[in-house]
Amino acid sequence: MSTKGVLEREPLSSRARGEARAWVAQRVSAAVLALCVLVHLVTMIVAVRNGLSADAILDRTRGNLAWAAFYSVFVLAVGVHAPLGLRVVAAEWLQWRGRSADIACVAIGLALIALGARAVAAVAL
Amino acid sequence: MPEPSAAKNTGAGGATLDVRVWRGGADGEGRYQRFSVPRLASQTVLDVVTWIQRHADPSLAYRFACRVGMCGSCAMSVNGVARWTCRTHVAKVIEGERLDIAPLANLPVVRDLVTDMREFFDKWARAKGQFQPTATRHDDFAVVRPESQARAQVDAAIECIGCGVCYASCEVVAWNPEYLGPAALNRAWTLVRDERDGARLDRLAAVSGDAGCHACHTHTTCTERCPKHLSPTASIAGLKRATALAIIKGDL
Repeated sequence: MSTKGVLEREPLSSRARGEARAWVAQRVSAAVLALCVLVHLVTMIVAVRNGLSADAILDRTRGNLAWAAFYSVFVLAVGVHAPLGLRVVAAEWLQWRGRSADIACVAIGLALIALGARAVAAVAL
Repeated sequence: MPEPSAAKNTGAGGATLDVRVWRGGADGEGRYQRFSVPRLASQTVLDVVTWIQRHADPSLAYRFACRVGMCGSCAMSVNGVARWTCRTHVAKVIEGERLDIAPLANLPVVRDLVTDMREFFDKWARAKGQFQPTATRHDDFAVVRPESQARAQVDAAIECIGCGVCYASCEVVAWNPEYLGPAALNRAWTLVRDERDGARLDRLAAVSGDAGCHACHTHTTCTERCPKHLSPTASIAGLKRATALAIIKGDL
């Protein structure tokens, strides 16, 4: 006979915990992206309206730690947000769930971060 | 299955409804059968189905009990939309003179208009929809202030009659059969906000993830269709907030 009382806690499912954390990570990264996209678009429009050439823009961004930090945060947020979203799309539309889907999404996230880091390095370093 | 003639089905004189009713078994095979049903004042969809069974084809299977919107057993798909048929007036849902009546979507069919509700209610159990007391019979009554925010949130969600309309209307259930669904999550939310309950974190874990509240896309179809005008969407949003806070606090 089970000795488990109604007040005793059952162990929390690590899978449920992981899913809930993934959801929070996606929401937080979405909030970061909303701000980053806004700053990025406004900056682009202002730069172009003032007639800056690509070289003139690079002159201003290279060696500028603030822009390097801003776009690094942007890239990291993309690297978190996009694969988590794709994971949900894969689960609901392709019925692709489980370890293989998780690995594919991590790979996509890492690829996005690598590509983004390359672009940040080109613009800011 | 013989096609009943209109003359046999039609009552004494007057306007008739052109009703198509799904007839089929658990194997998913079936077809719509046409009936001409006398049109009456203040007629409900359940009245129509009952007339068919009593006057046209006694073999028609459907489910109902209270007829007054309390028991939640008579939900069906009416012209493609899940509704409680006992409180749905024909005049409000008829398209032309046509009425299509089918079993609820997202649930296995037992026969004709009867669906198997086991999975629907099993998901309430999976969402830990049972109250877990923290007090014993030796303790005094709990005093819950009706004006407290927690109790107000429970009040807003507690009147669910378990009819399954939200579940049959939910796109996420259609995509992911494991998804607990609006009703089970709504029930879990009423317990998460119940200050007497002792299983809050277990419940938050049970409703987390791919099959839980985080799978909801906030389409709000459940809220639009709920015959009791509840908002499972708001309850699910509450569960998302509660799980996020639990994670931040390190409880989950």
